[in-house]
Amino acid sequence: MNRYPLWKNLLIGLVLLWGLIYTLPNFYGEVPAVQVSSGKATLKLDATTAIKRVEESLAAAGIQHDGLFADLTSVRARFRDTDTQLKAKDAIEKAFNPDAADPSYVVALNLLSASPQWLTNIHALPMYLGLDLRGGVHFLLQVDMKGAVTKRLDATTGDLRTLLRDKNIRHAGISREGASVVVKFRDAETQSRARSVIGAANNDLQLVEGQDGADFKLTATLTPLAQKTIQEFALRQNIGTLHNRINELGVAEPVIQQQGLDRIVVQLPGVQDVAKAKDILGRTATLEIRLVDDSPGALEGALQGNIPPGTELYSERGGNPLLVKKQVVLTGERLTDAQPGFDGQNHEPAVHLTLDAAGARIFKDITRENINKRMAILLIEKGKGEVVTAPVIRSEIGGGRVQISGRMSSEEATDTALLLRAGSLAAPMEIIEERTIGPSLGAENITKGFHSTLWGFIAIAVFMCAYYMLFGLVSVIALASNLLLLVALLSLLQATLTLPGIAAIALTLGMAIDANVLINERIREELRNGSSPQAAIATGYDRAFDTILDSNVTTLIAGIALLVFGSGPVRGFAVVHCLGILTSMFSAILVSRGLVNLIYGKKRKLEKLAIGQVWKPGV
Amino acid sequence: MEFFRIQKDIPFMKHALVFNIISLITFLLAVFFLATKGLHFSVEFTGGTLMEVSYAEAPALDKLRDALGKEGYQDAQVQNFGSSRDVLIRLPNREGMETGKVSEKVMASLSALEGGKPELRRVEFVGPQVGKELASDGAMALLLVIGGIVVYLAMRFEWRFAVSAIIANLHDVIIILGFFALFQWEFSLPVLAATLAVLGYSVNESVVVFDRVRETFKKKRGLTTPEVLDHAITSTISRTIITHGSTQIMVLSMLLFGGETLYYFALALTIGICFGIYSSVLVASPLVMWLGVSREQFIQPKKEKQEAVV
Repeated sequence: MNRYPLWKNLLIGLVLLWGLIYTLPNFYGEVPAVQVSSGKATLKLDATTAIKRVEESLAAAGIQHDGLFADLTSVRARFRDTDTQLKAKDAIEKAFNPDAADPSYVVALNLLSASPQWLTNIHALPMYLGLDLRGGVHFLLQVDMKGAVTKRLDATTGDLRTLLRDKNIRHAGISREGASVVVKFRDAETQSRARSVIGAANNDLQLVEGQDGADFKLTATLTPLAQKTIQEFALRQNIGTLHNRINELGVAEPVIQQQGLDRIVVQLPGVQDVAKAKDILGRTATLEIRLVDDSPGALEGALQGNIPPGTELYSERGGNPLLVKKQVVLTGERLTDAQPGFDGQNHEPAVHLTLDAAGARIFKDITRENINKRMAILLIEKGKGEVVTAPVIRSEIGGGRVQISGRMSSEEATDTALLLRAGSLAAPMEIIEERTIGPSLGAENITKGFHSTLWGFIAIAVFMCAYYMLFGLVSVIALASNLLLLVALLSLLQATLTLPGIAAIALTLGMAIDANVLINERIREELRNGSSPQAAIATGYDRAFDTILDSNVTTLIAGIALLVFGSGPVRGFAVVHCLGILTSMFSAILVSRGLVNLIYGKKRKLEKLAIGQVWKPGV
Repeated sequence: MEFFRIQKDIPFMKHALVFNIISLITFLLAVFFLATKGLHFSVEFTGGTLMEVSYAEAPALDKLRDALGKEGYQDAQVQNFGSSRDVLIRLPNREGMETGKVSEKVMASLSALEGGKPELRRVEFVGPQVGKELASDGAMALLLVIGGIVVYLAMRFEWRFAVSAIIANLHDVIIILGFFALFQWEFSLPVLAATLAVLGYSVNESVVVFDRVRETFKKKRGLTTPEVLDHAITSTISRTIITHGSTQIMVLSMLLFGGETLYYFALALTIGICFGIYSSVLVASPLVMWLGVSREQFIQPKKEKQEAVV
């Protein structure tokens, strides 16, 4: 009766084998590596050519690598030691980013699992360590959504002013008051005329008529839908901007994620220079539109060192030098949007810019006065300018809608639009949480967590074996298989392991032994009451099952509550805790029973169980 | 080896009142300390900046304090942490201060000091917005645990069991908090996690006893309710001690080897485990008795149960 059918034994064996395979990568440790990934949103990394380039650059520099790997977004090369890794990084950097000022690829130092290729192929990866174990910086940024809406309303104020002037509607003042724009009129007739004009031109606004003393008022507020769009757009754009900026830091595996409605999490593993990271995150780049000095001979002179006063020498994206006037016509503050698209007439890729009302007016004047001259659009970052594009002005451009086109691929158009948008953040951000862990502390945390688990496990194992003899050994094996499965599951899910997570592993083991103690005590009790050994095993396991189920469910409820409401360290704890409860159910019941069945199941005349002394009252 | 050689059922229920009075006194003391001293919340809850800095040689803390005072951080707490070479600096959030930049400024002023160069080990900065959310999230998690456990136990057993289990174990939570208030240990997020884990874990204990109570009610006729409870507790006591002992071995290991970060976590668990045994066995069971549990309540489920087994 104490025998499992073959399929059940096979199943247990298979699950344990699976656990072993997926736990394996954690034993191999890590080796230094260099990782190449795309540094621009528009640049796709082609794995096969990239691998070839890495190989060639390493061969050219005479550096030996221990294997090249490629996935969808990056190419990685493993090296014997950190010295080789650093040399290789320089070589690869040179090959991929010939122009150090404008890097197209991110070449970063990384650590790779040293596990053999076949393990990596079946996605058996080591556990993903959290920042508190590997060191690095964690930021939580709060996006100021009110700021984004206010910015939009300010732009709307100007737009309305232009609109009413164009339509010859006389108003008595337009101003932004809090979250609304108020337009005043002298009489009711103008008010209603303005209402229909504004309503036709702008469907993002809700208009309410009112009266303020002798004045007639029109109060415009953004519709909820428009507000939502603005906020979503702001968040997306800020995340995009952060991506671009972080690429510059050369972090191997940055995490940039939205959290909730208005927050962004940024995690930079391995980054120690927090000051630099913050500087880059908080940097504001600005856009400037200036005129190009195309007067004959001026450029040639400038190239020889005689830069005419009032101008500066820049190089265009293609590398052509360009002489740009110092006077700034327009700055990025006037830009409300930049989108990639196509030219309406010749269907060439283009970038559509939208300027606010004041910007549109300036732009109209400037273009009218400078037809057939060139205009440069510059992105100023870290006090350094780059000419994004320098198109020729064909005609006067009014209305604030500007199109940049010509000699552009659609990818370049997307890139330019992104760069222009990324020039400034859509809404201001503030760091509301920061966690920095030094690399030495991270390593110490791993050791501490490991030691606590190890010594606790050994102590429990010794006690269980002494107290329950063979059944104690079975319980310990079950507990070990629980640990194995838990680690395998964590590796497979690539859930972030933190120090509280390690504590949860230890605690789970300490709690999981409960199930085996329950079973063993129950078997002893059955023996005490005079059951035969085989019957005692069977009833012991059956009776204990209900209790084990109930007690695990209550623990699981607490675990799930922590998972739902916890953040940061608590979540790391909760994930492991919940998974641990599930694996412990499997190992404490099935694995231990399977073992006991293998040991005792076939013995027909079983006299005694090696479960330690069974004391009977009154003897 | 067999530790527990019990001839007869131990008459726990005879002393039920005593156990509950002891429990009540501890509970009231815990509430008293919570009310008068309050919890010493970590930066995660209060908001502020916490920095751990390590020196090659033990620095003079007064000098560090002076340097920070000159920078405008008069309210900085500077103390040793672990060893005399490690220093922990706490800075509260203040209105109008550019909070995100505090850590760099502090590092700059510390680096400018004479003597050894500091190495930054850890920075934790929490803005005022986040702290409040954590507190409310913690409260929500606690409510969810209580609600979930009561519903589950009421379904599996009886409402009387559910209510007494949750009362007994909530009082453990209050006692853990009382200890943290009395000794002004730092109450951080991992401690909160430990507290809630303890809640789930000691309900465990009550479940094991209640399971036995149900079984005894069904199997043995002619026993009075206190006798049934005594029998259930006595027959599970060996398992109770051994299980909790094993868990405590693990927690002790964390207490010894886990370092500062896990220290208070393990401490909360230790208190929770000790009081968990006491309350879930000796407080919950009398409560069930007083709520009027009786044999009749289990006759109906008995039929179902047998069908389920067959």
